[in-house]
Amino acid sequence: MEDKFIFLKSLISTSGLSGYETPVRKQVSSAWEPLADELKTSRLGSLHGLRKGSGDEPRESILLAAHMDAIGLMVTGKVEGFLRVTEMGGIDGRVLPGQAVTVHGREELNGTIALPPNHLLPSHLHGKAVPLEYLLVDVGLPPSEVEEKIRVGDLVSFAQPPIELGKDILAGHSLDNRASVAALTFCLNNLQGRAFEWDVWAAATVQEEETFGGAYTSAFELTPKLAVAIDVTHGAGPGTKEHKTVPFGKGPALGWGPNIHPALHEAFKTVAGRFEIPHILEALPRHSGTDAFAMQVAAAGIPTMVISIPLRYMHTPVEMVVLKDITRTARLLAEFIVELDDQFMQKLAWDTE
Amino acid sequence: MLENDFMQVNNDQIVMLERLCNACAVSGDEGEVRSIVLEQVQPVADEVSVDPMGNVLAKRYGAGERRMRVMVAAHMDEVGLMLTNDEGDGVFRFETVGGIAAQQLPAKEMSIGNDHIPGIVGAVPIHLTSLSERQKDIPLDNMRIDVGTENAGKVKIGDRAVFATKFHQQGNSISAKAIDDRIGVAILLRLFTNPPPNIDLFAAFTVQEEVGLRGARVAAFALDPDLAVALDCTPANDLPGWDEGEDQWAKNTRYNTRLGEGAAIYVADRGTLSDPRLVSHFVKIAEETGISYQFRQPGGGATDAGAIHTQRSGIPSISVSVPARHIHTAVAIARISDWENTQKLIFHSLTGITRDSLNRNG
Repeated sequence: MEDKFIFLKSLISTSGLSGYETPVRKQVSSAWEPLADELKTSRLGSLHGLRKGSGDEPRESILLAAHMDAIGLMVTGKVEGFLRVTEMGGIDGRVLPGQAVTVHGREELNGTIALPPNHLLPSHLHGKAVPLEYLLVDVGLPPSEVEEKIRVGDLVSFAQPPIELGKDILAGHSLDNRASVAALTFCLNNLQGRAFEWDVWAAATVQEEETFGGAYTSAFELTPKLAVAIDVTHGAGPGTKEHKTVPFGKGPALGWGPNIHPALHEAFKTVAGRFEIPHILEALPRHSGTDAFAMQVAAAGIPTMVISIPLRYMHTPVEMVVLKDITRTARLLAEFIVELDDQFMQKLAWDTE
Repeated sequence: MLENDFMQVNNDQIVMLERLCNACAVSGDEGEVRSIVLEQVQPVADEVSVDPMGNVLAKRYGAGERRMRVMVAAHMDEVGLMLTNDEGDGVFRFETVGGIAAQQLPAKEMSIGNDHIPGIVGAVPIHLTSLSERQKDIPLDNMRIDVGTENAGKVKIGDRAVFATKFHQQGNSISAKAIDDRIGVAILLRLFTNPPPNIDLFAAFTVQEEVGLRGARVAAFALDPDLAVALDCTPANDLPGWDEGEDQWAKNTRYNTRLGEGAAIYVADRGTLSDPRLVSHFVKIAEETGISYQFRQPGGGATDAGAIHTQRSGIPSISVSVPARHIHTAVAIARISDWENTQKLIFHSLTGITRDSLNRNG
């Protein structure tokens, strides 16, 4: 358990904003090196790792996708040594004042996000929440040094260190979706030394938070028979409404809705039941908000599944997960894979009158 | 000009400041900082006591006749939170202690109690909010501290919480929480270990400044000094201003103080009209020794001097502060050069002070 915590903490401490995933890709690549038969990088920067199955060729493959990009900010301008920024991914400006950040300029700089006092803001904002455009990033350096070290277009990531809330709960930024990257890694680990028929493609995809570019292109390139998006979902917590969330710490959520092939959902549910893995049903009535949205419509279409790790405070620097939910997810994926045989696809045939 | 001045900020001081900033000492619960202060002053003090409110009163007697009794105050407390209701499963309601704007609290890591148990002030995910909700500040009443189910039994109602900010030094800047007023405490500790020989130095490490200057009031009564200096930390609002007419960023004329422009001398704030003789004296010393200083713009705010100067039959007082940006938030930023200039100014001003400095006819 402890090693897993350490791995997850280091994953969320590595930079990897949408479109700039190289640092985290390198880290995941090192972790997957001993766990995959082949490793390659897609044209957009997604990492693909192959674990070959033992079935007769041509073997069917399953794609497990966990996006490795995380949300952050980008510099749009400099004013008297302070930085103006825009969001990269959906961020509520109200969680930003006072946040510690890292500005990735010509060197890595510590900064904080400043909420200017009222008398320095336009009067139409008095009494309202101050939007991101009026917040300023302060690296505490004189304007001349800021000119030299920082450019428009430089990235700004959250600098909140990981928080251990006991032995099984971790909080911090980028748990959306590094928690799933960890789950995928633990799944590959679980499959070490085990026999299974299908090829397994693990993909740490890019750009999910902005365009789903990684999911569309990896699914097209790898042409799997099945695709599973591993992501995070809203865990119930303070201030949330029960009907908008899933229970927190009670197991992965199995998605149900138009982005999910119903028979594939049933198959996962059966495996979870057989192996006594706690799980939850999550209604996803529309766009699932995950890589499955993209993978489902790659090429001629792929049956997709969404498995989500419940997470509190999503898209803030203090996202929170229960480690057990990550290991449960890993186990569910591994046991599902081990059971895949050459008859499986027949389960997914739609009824014909 | 000062050369090789021994009142420079050295590495030991930066290490001490980090220790002080990392301590959890919300108004009314200053014990963690008090311990550090006592540890530092006891070996060198002529007298040390802790009064009924928790103020540390430490004295070092100088040499010479007709010595001035000088009180120097720095407050040990910081603004923070107190847990007020247990909602179960590690979720607690809280209230602020001292002035913290509610906008500074969402999505922060807090450190709770003397064991520094980690907790999170969360926020509802953006996906579950509407545009109109996002245009209003999150009410404090909606916020909760979440310590997780495992640690739920380790915290309780009444525990204080502070921001769990990491201390950083970056070039000439320091970023940390509670620079207000741990930087004042750090300066006073240094002064106490290297006191001006011509005065009786009465160091008051005060409590409860942030909730009404309460410790300073009783400390001043007990010490009964000839004059007082409040060593605090004052906002540097030197961000770009907003030009309403042009609808763009413009020159800011209401900056209070500016980073990098030296020790901030107060002429007037909401609590005190600094004694003009002391202001003249400090400015004269700064000019003579080449110490960088600025005037803190008159306006709101108060320091311990507010409670000190009206004590007994009156105590001539002045406030001198280190400027810092974003005080009372998770991450404040100060310049080491401003710290150093403030430290030097205090030392040299007190070294040069005589009864004549307080002449009405001077």
